[in-house]
Amino acid sequence: MSSRQDILGKIRSSLGAEGTSAGKRAAVEDRIKTHRRNTVPARTDRTPADLQKLFAEKVTAVHGTVATVDGMAAAPEAVLDYLRQHNLPAQVILAPDPSLDAAPWADSKLLETRRGKADPDDQVSVTSAVAAVAESGTLIATSGPDHPSTLNFLPETHIVVLPAGRIAKSYEDVWDQLRARHGAELPRTINMITGPSRSGDIEQTLTLGAHGPRRLHVIIVADA
Amino acid sequence: MQVALFVTCLVDLFRPSVGFAAVKLLENAGCEVTVPAAQTCCGQPAYNSGDRADARAIAKQVIATFEGYDHVVAPSGSCAGMLRKHYQALLGSDPAWADRAAALASRSHELTSFLTDVCGVDQVDAAYAGTITYHDSCSGLRELDVQKQPRALLATVRDAHLRELPGANVCCGFGGTFCVKYPDVSNRMAEDKAADIVGTGADTVLAGDLGCLMQIAGKLQRQGVNIKVRHVAEVLADQGADPAIGEAQ
Amino acid sequence: MNEATALDFNKNARSAVKDETLRAALQRGGAHFQGNRRAAIDTLPEFDRLRDEGRAIKDEVLENLDHYLEIFETNAQAAGGSVHWARDAAEARNIVLDICRSVDARTVNKGKTMIAEEIGLNEFLEENDIRPVETDLGEYIIQLRHERPSHIIAPAVHLTKGQVEQTFRKEHDDLDPNRSLEEPIELVAEARQVLRQKYFEAEVGITGANFLIAETGSSVIVTNEGNGDLSQILPRVHIVLASLEKVVPTLEDASTLMRLLARSATGQEMSVYTTVSTGPRRAADLDGPEQYHVILLDNGRSGMLGTEFQDMLRCIRCGACMNHCPVYQSVGGHTYGWVYVGPMGAVLTPQFVGVDTANHLPNASSFCGRCEEVCPMRIPLPKMMRHWREQAFEGGQVTGIQRRALKLWAYVAQRPRLYHRLARLPVGVLRRLAGRRGRLRSLPMGTAWTAHRDFPAPQGKTFQEQWAAQGGRTA
Repeated sequence: MSSRQDILGKIRSSLGAEGTSAGKRAAVEDRIKTHRRNTVPARTDRTPADLQKLFAEKVTAVHGTVATVDGMAAAPEAVLDYLRQHNLPAQVILAPDPSLDAAPWADSKLLETRRGKADPDDQVSVTSAVAAVAESGTLIATSGPDHPSTLNFLPETHIVVLPAGRIAKSYEDVWDQLRARHGAELPRTINMITGPSRSGDIEQTLTLGAHGPRRLHVIIVADA
Repeated sequence: MQVALFVTCLVDLFRPSVGFAAVKLLENAGCEVTVPAAQTCCGQPAYNSGDRADARAIAKQVIATFEGYDHVVAPSGSCAGMLRKHYQALLGSDPAWADRAAALASRSHELTSFLTDVCGVDQVDAAYAGTITYHDSCSGLRELDVQKQPRALLATVRDAHLRELPGANVCCGFGGTFCVKYPDVSNRMAEDKAADIVGTGADTVLAGDLGCLMQIAGKLQRQGVNIKVRHVAEVLADQGADPAIGEAQ
Repeated sequence: MNEATALDFNKNARSAVKDETLRAALQRGGAHFQGNRRAAIDTLPEFDRLRDEGRAIKDEVLENLDHYLEIFETNAQAAGGSVHWARDAAEARNIVLDICRSVDARTVNKGKTMIAEEIGLNEFLEENDIRPVETDLGEYIIQLRHERPSHIIAPAVHLTKGQVEQTFRKEHDDLDPNRSLEEPIELVAEARQVLRQKYFEAEVGITGANFLIAETGSSVIVTNEGNGDLSQILPRVHIVLASLEKVVPTLEDASTLMRLLARSATGQEMSVYTTVSTGPRRAADLDGPEQYHVILLDNGRSGMLGTEFQDMLRCIRCGACMNHCPVYQSVGGHTYGWVYVGPMGAVLTPQFVGVDTANHLPNASSFCGRCEEVCPMRIPLPKMMRHWREQAFEGGQVTGIQRRALKLWAYVAQRPRLYHRLARLPVGVLRRLAGRRGRLRSLPMGTAWTAHRDFPAPQGKTFQEQWAAQGGRTA
C-alpha cells in the first residue's frame, strides 16, 4: 500500500468515515468555493482617506516610513529625497513593473536605475505593490516577470511606490482582487510585508534588518 | 437557604478555623449550615493522578452525600471547581449519574463568590489593621471566575488596606501532589510568588485555598519573612486576630 | 538520533532551577512575550470571536481531513508542485534525501521548521554528507552550539547576548578577533553577513509551513527575518515540510488564523513576512525555485483523530502556552527533553516518543490552567495532560509506593467513618511534633516538602471533630 493510501486510510478509520463519502466531499468543496469570510476587524470600517491614514499609522508602528506624493511624476524625486536623507547611494534596482513606467525615472540625472531581479550587491530596490492592507499596514507583492521576489528581500533598503487606490481594508479584500486577476492559479509567491525585516532572537531585543531589508519606505501616490 | 459546607480535607485536617469562619459568614448571610459527616475529600488526588476509577467512586459518594441541600459551598476554589466542572467530565457518560453530577455542579460554589453572587452580600462586619495583598488561586480564578468577589468583600473590612499583587494570577506552585512530585519546580514557583508578595510591602497575604496558603506560608517562613498568611474567610469573618498559618498558637 | 531525555525531567529541572543565567533569560523572555501579547489583544476587540472562529475552522478541517488533504494535493499538483506523503519520520527524511540527491545538493538552507526537529533531519543530512544550514537567527545560534531549540518560536530564548557573543567568536574564527560584538545589533549584523554568503551556495531550501491552503494548493510561512523567503527563492529546489493538520480550507481561513498567530506568539499584529507559495517559478519569472515539493508528514497524527487528543491537532505553534506556563518559565525548554516543550510539548511528546518515556511531562504541571486560558485555539491542554496521566495509570505504569499510597488513600476516602478516625492520628502527631511552634522544619516522611519550605502544623482537632463536639448540624 502506498504511504498516501495508508495515511488517508488511517485518517478515515480514525474518523470512522466509511470509504470516501461523496456527500462529505461535496460539502467540503462547497465550503472552499464560497470563500466564506470570518470576522474582519471593524477598525477598517472608515472612508478611503481615513483608510490611507490608518495604513500609514500601521506602517509607522512597525518601523516602516511613509511619504506621500501627488502623482507618479513626483515618485523619482521622492525616492531621491529618501536616499539623500539616509545617505544612501542613488543607484536603485527598479522592478520591471509597467505600473512604475508612468514615472519619469530616466529624466532624473541623479538617480541611476537598472531593471530586473536583485543581485547580491544591490543596495536599494524600488518596486510597487499590487495591494496594501490598512488593517495591519501590510504590503502585498505578487511575484511575476514584473516583480521578482528577490527585490523584496536582498537589498538593505526597499522602497515601495504605492498608488493610494490600492490600499484595501483587509486581507480578504485582497484575496478577492487576486482571484479576479489570476483565476484559479495564484502567482508563485504572494509576499505580505509588514515592516522591515527584524529579529528578536537575541534577548528579545528588536533589531532591524535581520536578513531582509533594514529599511522599508512606502511612497503613497495620491489618486490623480 | 439550606447550605451544606464542603469543608475540604485540608481545612478539616490543618485549619479548622477556616471552616468556622465559613460557617459564620454563611450564617450571617442568612443560610442554615449543615456539615454532612459523610464527607471526606473531593477526589482530586485520584483524579489528577489518572486514577479515574477511584475518582469516580469518590465523586459518587460526594454527590450522594450532598444531595438535598439548596447549595454546596466550599472555602476553596479548587474543591468547588472539582464539584462544578470535573464530576461531570468523570460521570457524564454514566446514565445513572450524569444528571446527578450536573445537578450538584449547578448548586456548588466557592465561598466568597457564593456570598456575593448568590446571597447578595456586599459587605462584612470585620476589621483588620494591616496592609493586605491577595493571591488568586488558579482553580477559583480560571474554573470559577472568582476574582472580583473576594476583593469586593475585603474592600469593606475596616482598617484594612488592599494592595494588588503583581502576578496574582500566576500559580504559587502548590498544585496538589505536584508540589511533592516536582519539588524543585514547585519551589521555584513558590520563590517567585514569595518575591512578588514581599515586593508589595503588604504585611498580610490572603487567598481562598488552603493548599496555596500552606505553600506560601511554608516558603515565606522558611525564608524568615514576617508576613502573615491567612485564608480570606478568616479575615472576612473577623478572625484576623487569631494566629496566622504556621504561627505559634 | 533525536533521542528523548524526557525521563530525566526531574534531574534536568533540578539543575535548571539553579542556573541563574537561564533564569535571567527566561524572566526576560516571559515578561516580554506576556506583555506584548496582552498589548496586542487589548487593541483588537474581536480577538475572542476570532479565537472561536479559529477553533471552528480547525475542528471542521480535522473532521474532514482526508478530503482537505486530497484537495490540497490536487491543487498543489495543478500548480506544478509535487506532493509526497510520509507515514513517519524515517520516510520523511528519506524523501528529503532523495530530492537532495536528485539535484546533487551539497548544502541545504533551512528556514525555521519544527517538523525538521521532529524528524531529526539535520543529523540525518549530515550523516549523508549534506550540510544543513539554519538561517533563522535563533536556530543558527543553537546549531552552532549543537543544542536543541528551547522554545518553538524563540529557539535561543534561553541564551544571553554574552553567550551568543562567545559562540560567534568561537565559530566565526576567520573574522577580526578585536571586533566589537557586545550588542544584539552587532550580533545580528554579523549573522546577516555570514549567512548572506551561504544563501547563494545552497541547491535546496527547506521551510516549514504555518498553513497549507486546500483551495490553492499553497503553503504559507510566517517569519520576521526574511530568512524563510531567501531560503525558498534563491535555491533551485524548495521543499516544504508540513504535518497533516496544517491544512486549512481557504485564504480567508488562513487570514483568521494569521490574526491569531502573531498576536499570540510575539504580540505583533502580523509577522513581518507572511508568504504564500504556490508551485515552482512560472515560465516568465525571473527568480524563484524550479521545483516545489510538499512533504505531508503523519507521524502518528492520523491516530490522534477520533481520540481525546484530537483537539491538540488544532495547535498553530504560537508558543503562548509556554510563554505563560509557570513550569516552563521555571525550568526552560531543554528540561522537557525533546523537541516540543511547555504545555503543548507535554501533550505532544508522549504521542511521539511514548508515554513510558515522556510520562513526566504531562505530570509536571500544577494544572494552573494558564496555557488553556491563552491558547488562541482554545485547546484544553490540562485536560489532555490528564488524559495521559489516565493512560499511564490505567496502563499500569504508575507503580510501587506511589500507586499503593494512592490506592490506600482512596480506600480510606471512600469510608467516611474510618477516614475521620484515621485523620485524627496524623493531626495529633503533627501537633505534638510542632509543640508550641506553629510549624515544622522537617518531616521524616515529607522531605519533598520540607527541603524547601516549612510545614504549617495542624491547629489541633479536625474541623469535623470540633463541629460534632459542639453539636453542629451534620445531616
